[in-house]
Amino acid sequence: MERPAYNYDIVKHFVHWSILWGAVSVLVGVVISFQLVMPQLNFGEYLSYGRLRPVHTNAGIFGFAVGGFFALFYYMVQRLCRVPIWSNGLARFQLWLFNIVIVLSAVTLLLGFSQSKEYHEMEWPIDILITVLWVAFTINILMTIFKRREAQMYISLWFMMAALIGVAVLFVVNGLSVPVTLFKSYSAFAGTNDANVQWWYGHNAVAMVLTVPPLAVFYYFLPKSTGVPIYSHRLGIVAFWSLIFMYLWTGAHHLLWTPIPDWVQTLAMAFSIMLIAPSWGSVINGYLSMNGQWHQMRDNYLVKFFILAITFYGLQTLQGPLQAVRSFSGFIHYTEWVPGHVHMGTMGWITLLICGAFYYLAPRLYGRELYSIPLANLHFWLVLMGQLIYSVSMWIAGVVQASMWHSLNDDGSLTYTFMESVLAMYPYWWIRGLGGVVYLLGIGVFVYNIAMTARGAQASPGAAAQA
Amino acid sequence: MWERNPVIFLLLATAVIMVGTIVTMVLPFAYVNTERDAIASVVPYSALELAGRDVYIKEGCNNCHTQTVRPLVAEVIRYGDYSKSGEFVHDRPHLWGSRRTGPDLARIGGNYPDQWHYDHMREPAAMAPGTNMPPYDFLDNRDVDPELTRRKMEVLGFPYSDEEIQALAGKTDMDAMVAYLQKLGSDIPWREQQRVTLVGELVNPFAGDPAAIVEGRELYERNCAACHGSGLSGGFAADLTALNYPEEIFFRIIHDGIQPLRMPGFATLGNERLWKIVSYMDSEQVAP
Ligand code: HEC
Ligand code: HEC
Ligand code: HEM
Ligand code: HEM
Repeated sequence: MERPAYNYDIVKHFVHWSILWGAVSVLVGVVISFQLVMPQLNFGEYLSYGRLRPVHTNAGIFGFAVGGFFALFYYMVQRLCRVPIWSNGLARFQLWLFNIVIVLSAVTLLLGFSQSKEYHEMEWPIDILITVLWVAFTINILMTIFKRREAQMYISLWFMMAALIGVAVLFVVNGLSVPVTLFKSYSAFAGTNDANVQWWYGHNAVAMVLTVPPLAVFYYFLPKSTGVPIYSHRLGIVAFWSLIFMYLWTGAHHLLWTPIPDWVQTLAMAFSIMLIAPSWGSVINGYLSMNGQWHQMRDNYLVKFFILAITFYGLQTLQGPLQAVRSFSGFIHYTEWVPGHVHMGTMGWITLLICGAFYYLAPRLYGRELYSIPLANLHFWLVLMGQLIYSVSMWIAGVVQASMWHSLNDDGSLTYTFMESVLAMYPYWWIRGLGGVVYLLGIGVFVYNIAMTARGAQASPGAAAQA
Repeated sequence: MWERNPVIFLLLATAVIMVGTIVTMVLPFAYVNTERDAIASVVPYSALELAGRDVYIKEGCNNCHTQTVRPLVAEVIRYGDYSKSGEFVHDRPHLWGSRRTGPDLARIGGNYPDQWHYDHMREPAAMAPGTNMPPYDFLDNRDVDPELTRRKMEVLGFPYSDEEIQALAGKTDMDAMVAYLQKLGSDIPWREQQRVTLVGELVNPFAGDPAAIVEGRELYERNCAACHGSGLSGGFAADLTALNYPEEIFFRIIHDGIQPLRMPGFATLGNERLWKIVSYMDSEQVAP
């Protein structure tokens, strides 16, 4: 059979831009983590913490993660459907628009144009551009699927399609607002309603951007890297439907103990706990796929990335439900604990997975072997160390902080002032910053390795032999 | 079959996603911001306060500060009465936040004199040594745009008068920010409701204890010096060296604060520490 002319070019471009925005995000992450220990690093209004932090989160989630998923979806959809992308022109348009949107977002956020809703800070004109971007992507992927030459739809395609509609619904509803000027709008919802809509969105951004697409990637790239199929397709299917059903009920676990109606909070708590099952369905599916293949953890550098990624996903989906329990939330909500949770997900699960998949793609995109496997291993260990230092220090910090906030004297007065709890955080913030630097080094190694591969450089023979 | 037909698959997946959405996101609209949770005393923002709120959004204060007090013991003691749904009906968007790098601000209104906020916003470390809150002195250089603010009031449907808009001329973003902060959480009379009445005889348990004076000085420097100056010498709030009040009066002032003058109460420090501060103040009084 003749080989269809897959469009790897577009995949390559998305890979490059995703890596660039990822590096920007991590760099800004390091900057803001040092701003927290050295407030003199807040240079003027444009580079103060309150404006830089959204640049960090949005560059990470939308620039790096979503950009990476654009690349990986375009790769997977062609392979799984055995047809080229439906429209190369549309994909090209999407690439341009994507980068324009990211640049506009960064610039407007630094200028202070913000809706203030977490992970949805950009003002309405950019919202519209993002919607166009997403519709273009959705049409292209769906049309490719409609025109496929493979009768089966592999489970990765399911996850992809669910993400496409999920994000569209969430993003549009949460973005509803009334413009005042080009740079300012007011939410269509008020107060408690607005908070509830926002966290319905916020949590499902986690679901539809940081869980469902990476699972699509995982289900495809793990078997591809190990050479053995996924353990159980049926388990995957059951996990899929229950996952996308349950996730939408849980937004209010970000709002426990707030004025949101109690029954909404209770539902969120219950469904969060139930979410352990479908989440671990995928984790176990991944582990069991390794049956008889565990030696590959040593022999095949790619497998390390995927297995560690799914392990962090597993830990993340145990810790998350715990945080969704009212009593525990009362303790750790608002504390440093939460950034610990967040970065195990973003730095452990998302980044390891996307980087692993990019390594897998590298030989296929550049037509030659990866520049250096030892460097890939170094990258792995650096980001792993960086992430563990980050998360562990923040968990401890969160518990210390929470204890100080809740501690009472015998006469019912507070043991610590707020300021005392701030001062107690400094050592942990320093350690976190250090972890960030280690992580940044790892990303530097990654960028170097990919760049050298792209340039067609050959690693020294000695380095290759160590692999 | 459906698992091979993307159209059917998409419809099914959408339906599955919509169930939780409808129950937990759409349905609450029937309960929230209705008569059930309405509070009569809650009023919309004035033009200046609204301008300040938009500065708060612009600067991303919500990245470090929350605006909801939860009904948890320590939290209510620390910040004040827990937040009620009806207090937020005019908030578009809500600013509840998700991180407390800094303290909750839902009840900050009326806690401090305006001057404290001006000084703190310009240089937070001057009022709270060791804080990592960034300085916002640049707000002094930005003017509020009266016409833009009028448009905002109209979009939001808040009542305003022409005088109110005219009065915005010459106001800076800093003025607006302080006005907004002073409004936060003060729509309901929570302070009056939460006031603890001191009963019985108030006697200093540390009378004549020199160690208490030393500790008291430390406590004073940490909690009071930002307003009253180091060593009671006076800052933008009164010099405290020549008051010569009885200890009981000192205690009452520190415990309750002086609300109309926005001297904050310090009951949360606990009686022991308050008495130590009293001991210290007592030891430093000179004849007027
Ligand atoms: C990097 C995090 C950070 C940012 C951003 C930040 N703050 Fe703060 N804020 C703090 C910390 C920490 C404190 C506690 C110590 C102090 O008083 O400075 C604080 C205290 C305060 C207080 C006093 C609260 C009290 O009860 O004593 C106010 C008012 C305040 N901030 C307002 C603001 C406003 C308005 C903005 C935005 C223009 C802002 N903050 C931005 C961290 C931050
Ligand atoms: C946020 C600023 C602020 C802080 C902090 C503060 N005060 Fe005050 N205090 C005031 C203001 C305002 C007044 C009203 C009189 C004035 O304008 O000076 C006042 C008045 C007083 C008075 C009465 C003065 C008189 O002339 O009758 C005493 C006593 C006092 N404070 C003690 C303290 C002590 C002790 C502390 C620390 C535990 C403290 N204050 C912390 C702002 C503050
Ligand atoms: C079963 C799965 C999960 C559950 C039940 C869950 C639960 C939670 C809860 C309750 C919070 C709020 C913590 C607080 O503020 O008190 C939270 C925050 C967060 N979680 Fe998870 N989590 C899960 C998986 C994940 C995954 C896989 C990621 C991927 C990166 C993730 C990313 C985040 C982020 C970014 C936040 C911070 C939101 C914010 O406050 O800005 N979570 N999670
Ligand atoms: C060197 C690596 C990184 C460092 C040093 C870093 C640092 C930080 C800091 C300091 C914060 C603010 C935490 C706070 O509110 O106290 C933050 C928040 C956040 N970061 Fe990162 N980050 C890094 C990597 C990433 C990556 C790769 C992603 C996403 C792909 C990411 C996503 C986020 C998110 C979603 C938040 C918001 C968390 C919340 O609301 O609780 N970060 N990061």
